[in-house]
Formats: sequence, structure tokens, C-alpha cells
Amino acid sequence: MNTEVATTRTITYRQALNETLRAELERDDKVFLIGEEIGIFEGSYKITVGLLEDFGPDRVIDAPIAEEGFVGAALGAAMLGMRPVVEIMTINFSLIAIDQIVNHAAKMRSMFAGQVSIPLVIRMPGGGGQQLAATHSQNLEVWYAHIPGLKVVAPSTPADAKALLTAAIRDDDPVIFLENLSLYSAKGEVPNDEQVAEIGKAAVVKTGTDLTIVSYSRGTTTALEVARQLEAEGLSIEVVDLRSLRPLDRDTICASVKKTGHAVVFEDDWLSYGIGAEISATIGEGVFDFLDAPVRRVAAAEVPLPYAKSLEKAALPSAADLARVVREVLNISSTPNDK
Amino acid sequence: MAAKARTRPESTVESTGGEPADTLRDYYEQMSLVRAFELRSSEMYARAKIGGYCHLNLGEEATVVGLMAAIEARDYLFTGYRDHGYALLRGLSPERVMAELFGKVTGVSGGRGGSMHLFDAETRLFGGYGIVGGQIPPATGAALALKNQEVAGPDAAAVMCLLGDGTTNIGAFHESLNLAGLWKLPIVYVIVNNGLGMGTTVEKASAEPDLYKRGASYRMPGVRVDGDDVLAVRDAARDALQQARESRQPVLLEVMCYRLRGHSVVDPARYRSSEDTTIAQQSDPVPSFRAKLISAGVLSETDAAAIDEAADVRVSEAVVFADESPEPDVDDLFKYVYATAVANMPTALAGEPVMDAL
Repeated sequence: MNTEVATTRTITYRQALNETLRAELERDDKVFLIGEEIGIFEGSYKITVGLLEDFGPDRVIDAPIAEEGFVGAALGAAMLGMRPVVEIMTINFSLIAIDQIVNHAAKMRSMFAGQVSIPLVIRMPGGGGQQLAATHSQNLEVWYAHIPGLKVVAPSTPADAKALLTAAIRDDDPVIFLENLSLYSAKGEVPNDEQVAEIGKAAVVKTGTDLTIVSYSRGTTTALEVARQLEAEGLSIEVVDLRSLRPLDRDTICASVKKTGHAVVFEDDWLSYGIGAEISATIGEGVFDFLDAPVRRVAAAEVPLPYAKSLEKAALPSAADLARVVREVLNISSTPNDK
Repeated sequence: MAAKARTRPESTVESTGGEPADTLRDYYEQMSLVRAFELRSSEMYARAKIGGYCHLNLGEEATVVGLMAAIEARDYLFTGYRDHGYALLRGLSPERVMAELFGKVTGVSGGRGGSMHLFDAETRLFGGYGIVGGQIPPATGAALALKNQEVAGPDAAAVMCLLGDGTTNIGAFHESLNLAGLWKLPIVYVIVNNGLGMGTTVEKASAEPDLYKRGASYRMPGVRVDGDDVLAVRDAARDALQQARESRQPVLLEVMCYRLRGHSVVDPARYRSSEDTTIAQQSDPVPSFRAKLISAGVLSETDAAAIDEAADVRVSEAVVFADESPEPDVDDLFKYVYATAVANMPTALAGEPVMDAL
């Protein structure tokens, strides 16, 4: 094997995003980045490090604090054939721009009968657990996943961050690219060569036969951790990583549950009307006859997230919560480790 | 509204300013076409041929013609929802515009947009937008793209973004003007100030009712012009566009006009004072321009009557075309949701299973 060269590297999710932005800026001069503090400051979460220096202020545009204005401006540039990649500092602030995203970006192609396309990417992190309190800790992806005309992707690994961001930038539709604060420093193997994911496809990231955990973004990381922990106890857990929240890969979810007969959804958003509600309905419709137990959802407690660590921890779905619910669904008595 | 009348600039409406007679005649033909189209739209709405919301340019014809005389084919136009006249004068056939109002597949937006969402990529009419001010950030972004795609100069393209007086109070207006001023974008924001939001006057909605002054916060020249004077509107808009394309200096242009009727076709406008209604009628630019051209010897009474008749015939043809055009095919319901094909795109109709049971 002495002719083999390294085909993958272990890098962080942050680095995968940075390298992909760089590669796409180099590949296509229609691509430009726009957002608050992404240039001189190099990004609130340092995703755009070095890019202003290498690509200049016309390709890496520092916008004033005006989410509605600069998201809409990116949309208008996309209408003229540019390929803007917007960074919104966190998903919480995207609500200020929601008119431009929901009432405009998502509608234009349909409303104007295909005369215009909107190759627009909006990157933004969600996620709690950083003691940022109620207004800065939300998981609002379902707001966007609800909207026809948008595509919503949520990579859980550095490799998927690369492949899905590449796909999103090359896609001719508005793509909401959901990141997560707690994933930025996560490491993983990333192929060195070009990777373009197929949007709209989920992935079975671990196979198993006893129960399916369906999750996305940070949740998939936790789901894998729990699955491996339970594996040691003799349980065979399959993990489906959604990767795309719109469109939703219902076939992959249902094929997995048909095999295992049990399903738990692990989601960072609030329970009522959340991502898990849609997954549960899908499983009910697609593979009801194969279910051996009701589908359960492990989601955030329905409260504006408090600052205090104890309260924050209590409100967010954890690995222990997931392990406990998996055992409940499989009707296995819990171990002391779960509490 | 009397206050609005007092704030109008000194009018140059009495002069035809040495304009070629053919040009003046063209402008009257265009005003007459918009007038005829809008009156017929109102009638077709009453006959339930047109649904939804329907906002007319009645009373604003000189503004519409003046702005569209100034804009060049290479420029991009974004408008609000009172957009019929602009689409016609951008060069779209009355047939295709009327067909859109009728919800027919031959309409400019394939019957998917309706009155408020007229769009034509070829003539760079980049939309009719139904959300108040929704067009302002995208128009600003179009100018950002132009700035990066073209060199400034007399042959460069610019963006014209139309908005109403009430729209100057939304955040997107101020955010966008700030971006345009900051980045020196080739765009002209045109406030079509007809004095009324729906029924709320400018004075009751804007702390600075001299709306053109709002450009000052963004170091943007603000200009006010009499919207009943087609030549004045044209010249002011041309000058503004020139600054945008040659100097990358965005401009805020306020055009003062009157809405002859209600906010939309279903609005009887009972909130308007008789004084305001009288002023609006006296200011009606179509008969006044007609009378001026006749008195200047540009048109005879017979010429003018023939122009009005021709406009009416033209609109009648459009109605026949729209009426006889087919509805969009229901099989095409999902046709334009995405530009790039995507796996697992949902296509279930109401009541259909989201997937086959496995």
C-alpha cells in the first residue's frame, strides 16, 4: 500500500465550512459572501477566517446590522445571476429577515412562473446549551422546513458540512444551511477531493436491527453516542441522519423503521409541532403495520430557555434522556447510568 | 390633503418645453392606454373575471409614463403592487398583462402571480411585489450585482425601485437606503406619493412628511417632482438614473400625484374629503395633458379622440385574448417550485398519502 496517498483528513466542522467557502469562491467568481462581521472580524464564530484577506471586500462583504436589508440584497443579487452565501450570525436573528426569506426568496420562482431562479444560500447556526439564554438559543429550523420553495439542510459532521455546503452553493434554489454552535469544533474525517451531496437524501449513519433513532445536526452526534453505548449492552440501534429537513427523505426513515419496528426521534427543537411531529406522522403513515411500539420524541422542554446552567440543562434533550426513552420503547428496564 | 397640495413644487405643466410633437403624442397615447386598461380592469373585476386584490394606476398616468420614458431597456425595474401601467409601458402586451389578471397561463407570470406580481425577465420588469416594501431589499441587491458586474458610465445599467408613500415608514426602506448610500449602488428609489397609504395620509404616517428629505440620512440626494407633469417626471427620473449609472450615486425621487379612486378596486374611498376628491379630479393628468396638447396644436380634438378610441380597442383585444386563453394546467402545479431538481420533493395533493405504505 505504499502508493496510497492520504484521501481524507481529520478537521473540524468549522474548518470544513471555511475550506468549502474558500473552494467555491475560487471556483466561481459569481459566488460572494455577505453578513455581519464576516470580513475584518472573520465571523462571530470564525467561519470566514482569512477569506477577506484573500478575496477582497467585493467577494467578502461586511454588512451593517440590517438582516432584512442584506438578506434581501443577497436575494436581489441572486436574481441577477450572482451566487450569494449569506451568514446570519445565529438563526435567532433570521427572524428579522423572515419576510425576505419566506415571503420573497421562497416564492419568486413559483410566483413568476420559472422566469427567475434564486441561487441563494443562508448559513446560520442554531442551538442551545451555551448559556446564551432565551433569545439566543433557539432551534427554529422547522419555521423554514415548513416552507415550500426553500430547501433546508442540516449537516451533522464535517464531511457533510463540506458536501452539503458545496451542493447548496451550486444549487439554483434558496437553501437554508443550518449549522449548530456545539458542532463547530467537532472533528471528523473529511475527504480531500470535491464532494457534492445530493440534497433531499437522508443517510443511515449506523445500522442496527432493534430500534431506529431519527435525528439531525447536533442531535445525530448524540444519537450515535447513545447507540454505541447501548450496543455495548447488546442492543442494536440504527441511526438515521436526516441531513435534509426539506425535502424530507421519508423513504429512508420508513425503510429503517420497517426493519427495526421501533422508532425514537431525537430533536433539539421544541416538542409541539416540531421536526419530530412530522417524522412521527410519516412513520405512522408509511409503516404503521410494522411498529411494535408507539413512536416517541425526545425534544426540548417547552420553555424559553433559561440562562442558569441547571435550568438550561434540565430543558435541553440529553443523551441520558434519549437512552432512557430508547429503553422504554424497547420495554427494557433502565440502568443507573441513565439518570 | 390640502397640505399636500400646498407642498407641490412650482409646476411646469403649462409648457411643452419644445418637445417634439411626436414625443408628446406618444406620451398621450401611453397615458390613454393606461387609463383605458385600468378602467377596463375595474370593470372586469366587477364582472369577476379578475380575482384577489387589484390596485389601479388611475390618476397616476403622467407619473407612470414619465418614469417609463426615463428608464432604459437595460435597466431593471422593481415595483410594488400597483404595477399594471408600468408593465404595459415596459413593453409587455396588454394581452399578456390582462391574461395575468384573469389568471390565465398566457399571462406574464403564467397566471401564478396575478395583479400584484407581474414579472417579465426579458424586459427586465423584475416584479410586482405584493408585500409593502418587499421589493426594496432585492432591488438594492440587484444594484449591488450591477456594481460588481459592470463599470460605471453612461452605458451602464441601473435599477429603478418604485414604492409608495406609506412604504417609507418600514424598516426595509431605511435598511436598503443605508446599504445603497454606503456601497454607492446604481439605484433610484422612486416614491410614488399619492398622498394616501390605504386611507391614512402621509401627514398621519410620517414624522417627516416631506418624504424626499429622508434621503439625507443616507447622504442621498432627495428630489421632489410634480407627478402630474409627465415631462418633469421624465426629466427628473432621467437625471437620477444618470447619477446612478455614471456616478454610482443613488437618488431618492419623490413624485407627487393623486390616486383618483380607492386603494384597490373594492375600496369606495369614503374616507376622502370632498376637497381632496375635487383636487384629485382637477389634477387628473389625462384630460389636462390632452387639453394642453390640443391648445398647443400638437393634437386636434379628432386626433385625441382617435387615440382614446384606439386605446380602447387595444384593451378590448386584450380582454378577448385573456378571456379565450386557457387556465394553467393543474398537472403543472408543482412545476416551478424548484429550479434544481431535488430528491423527495413533496408532490401530494390534499388528501393524498405523503408516501405509499411500505
